[in-house]
Formats: sequence, C-alpha cells, structure tokens
Amino acid sequence: MTDGWFAGVDPDDADGTAAAIREGSADRPKEWPELAVEASFAEDTDDYYDRLHAATMAATERAVAEREGADDRQLVHAVRAMSDCERTANELAERVAEWGESRSSDAGSGVEYARELAATGGDDPAGEALQSLAERVVDLDDEAQRLRGYIDRTAPEVAPNLAALAGPVLAARLLSLAGGLESLAKKPSGTVQVLGAEDALFAHLRGNAPSPKHGIIYTHEAVRGTHPDNRGSAARAVAGKLTIAARIDHYSGDLRPDLQAELDERIETIQSRTEGDK
Amino acid sequence: MTLPDGVERHGFDGETGLATQGDPVYGEETDGAWRRWDPHRSKLGAMLELGMDTGLGGGETVLYLGAAAGTTVSHVADFAGPTYAVEFAARPVRDLLDAAESRPRLFPLLKDARTPESYAHVVEPVDVIVQDVATRGQALVANRNAQFLSEGGRLVLAIKARSEDVTADPETVFDDVLATLEAEYEVLETTSLAPYHDDHLGVVARRR
Repeated sequence: MTDGWFAGVDPDDADGTAAAIREGSADRPKEWPELAVEASFAEDTDDYYDRLHAATMAATERAVAEREGADDRQLVHAVRAMSDCERTANELAERVAEWGESRSSDAGSGVEYARELAATGGDDPAGEALQSLAERVVDLDDEAQRLRGYIDRTAPEVAPNLAALAGPVLAARLLSLAGGLESLAKKPSGTVQVLGAEDALFAHLRGNAPSPKHGIIYTHEAVRGTHPDNRGSAARAVAGKLTIAARIDHYSGDLRPDLQAELDERIETIQSRTEGDK
Repeated sequence: MTLPDGVERHGFDGETGLATQGDPVYGEETDGAWRRWDPHRSKLGAMLELGMDTGLGGGETVLYLGAAAGTTVSHVADFAGPTYAVEFAARPVRDLLDAAESRPRLFPLLKDARTPESYAHVVEPVDVIVQDVATRGQALVANRNAQFLSEGGRLVLAIKARSEDVTADPETVFDDVLATLEAEYEVLETTSLAPYHDDHLGVVARRR
C-alpha cells in the first residue's frame, strides 16, 4: 500500500486527483513516478509527469481561488479600496480648491467644496473643466461611502466579535494589516497594538526612537478618548481584547458580548487615573 | 566558472547577462528564444552570476521552496528536469500558475514549506533543493526538507538576514543559521549576494 497522491484515485478523474494533491499527505517522499507506473496509474514516467502537471495545476488553481475568495480576503480588498478612494478624492479635492481659488475669491476647500462646485454649472470652458473634475471627486467620495457600507455589512459576518469591539472599519483595517483573520488571530497582542505603526516601530528597534504606543488602533475611541499620559495603557488594553476577539472569531466563531463589558471596565479604570490627578 | 547546461550568457542592450530558454514570465528582455535572468530579481541568478558552484548541471530534479510568483523557478524549470515549486502565499501563486502553464515539468504547489508532510505525497526525492523563503526559521525549513534530498543531494539556499531578526547584525544571523544547518547538512560554500541583494547570504550545502 502506497500513500502517494495517486493511490486509489482514478487517473482520469480531475476532481479526484486535484483533491488528492490538496488534501493528501505522507510521512516521507518516495519514488512516486516509478510507484505510479507500477500501480498502473500511468503508462510511463512521461505520462506520470503529464498527469502530475495537470493535477497540480488544477489543485493549486482551486486552492488559490478558495483562499482568495474567503470573505476576510474580500474585506481586506474592500478596505484597501476604500482608503484608495478617500485618499485620491482628497488629493483631487485639493487640486479643485486650488483651481477654484484662481477663479473666485470665496472658494472653499476639501471634498465638500468639490460637491458644491459639481452642483453648479461652469460658465466658460475652464469652468466646465473644473466642474467636471469636481464631479470626479464626488464620484470617488461616493464610491468610498459605498465601500464603507459594504464593510459595515460584511465585517460583522467575517469577524463578529472583532467588528463589535473595534467597529467594522477598524476591524477591516486590522485584517488588512495582518493579512487576514487567521494571521491576525495568530499575532501576539503587542504586535496588534502597533500594527500600522511599522515605521515608528522599526525606528525604535534600530534604537533611535521611543517605542510606538499604538498603531491603527489609535482610531479606537477608547484609545483616542484617553488622556495622552495613559494612552499606552489604553492601547495595551484595547489590543489585548481585540486580539482575543480575533482569536474567538477565527477559532470558534461564537459571540462573546462580555468582551465589550470587560474592555469598558478596564478603560474606565485607566481613564479615571488622569481624572484623579486633576 | 561553469553554468548549468541550458543557462548561457547572451547580450541584452549591449550588456551580457544570464539567460535561459522558455516563455517570458515577468516582462524580461529576450534574445531570440533566450530570456534574461536578472540577478537583481533572483537570488539563484545572483549566486550563478557571482560564480558560486551550485552543483547544478542541468536536468536535475528540483524542489524549489519559496517559489513566490515564479520569477526564479521559471528559469530553473527551463534548464532543470522535473521541478516542484512550493509557495505558501496565495497571491503570488496566481503568477506562478501562469509561469507553469507553458512548462509541463513545473509543478506548482500551494503548500507551507514548514510542513513537508503536506506535500511529501506529491514530491519525489530530488537532486537539488533551492530555498528562498522569507520567514523566520529559514534553517529549520531547510532541515525539515532535507528528507527530500537524494544521497549527496545539494541544498542551494539564500538566507535573508532581515527575515530572522531585523535588528540583529546580519553576520550574527548568518552564523546562527549556518550552525543550525549543520544538523542536516555539510556547508560547502557561502557568498554574500551583494551587490545584487543586501543582507543576503548564498549557501551551497550537501546533505549529510
């Protein structure tokens, strides 16, 4: 009895051979080409390699499609796309504002101003060009909002506890930085605490900067809303709970509402320290 | 220095560079049927360019660990025999699949090089292992995969210092990795891959 991928599989069954490549295992390698020919799986080694090529291509294509199609991957793409749209909209809005200033003394700024401009008609060719550009800004901003809507709906499905604790967008950003739910679940809390602050972290590790207190979790209300003196403690507490939430989401998937209560209690204690000092 | 059969020097835009014969994969320059093997993009390419004796002669059976998008492994498959390409990240594997499409003896596998049992049912004993994985524990990966090497088979390894520890001195990291390798391999040659790759050490070793 052999434990090669071809054992007990019909050579012409594409699903069966692909599944055997993906799911099989063996304690150690053996001379599979010869064994496959002996087992009449293939006529000769050339035929074996042809079949192996077809089977590995099919198995790997499917495995890639599955891995990429997993919902956490979709969420990661969506949150990255949202950031791109926001960044580009802001950048173009600056251009619109600069252009607008050259034409009118009461030009505003930002995406809001682009919205105003887009709603009014241009009265000369340059005005029309500016209005058209402003419309692009509005479109990008709308697209960012739509993506945010998708993230709001999807994050609670992918990582219910994490999304509840962090909010859907921060949850998605953490997944994006970690590279998926599984990798986030495997990261220590100290790493989660500084995800998104890699530049500062490496500057610190090189020895010429203080250690960063927080990365992207700075956007969490419990961190931002805490006095700077205690933000490090708050960030540690938030990162700890978010890490636990991600692990529950990845490994078990059930809801633990008490995480929120525990975090609230801890943050309250931390925040009361500064209040007591006043 | 001796290049493997199937690897030649060809002129590209007035420069001479390594080249193999096969379908272009990543937009590299071509000279007829030959396509340029850029040592800046490939650690194995750099090792050959730097004159390391990799023991590769052409036609060997190869297990390639850390195939990524297939840049290097496509060149390997051009001059070697059956080539098993293991890569763990799904994203680059899409490009690897494209490279494997036109190479009937290149077998792509979406597997984790740290768990050889997950592909030992597919990969046969090989003449050469080429390893370029950017993960902590590069020596352990090599040691665990030593079982795939036939008697006297070679390990051709690119060690990336920054993958082990970004803060440590690369020399210290290299010493640690080489010491760990001793468990399964006899190290034959080491060369820094500068100027092509910073903080990388090329290693050729023989299975004990």
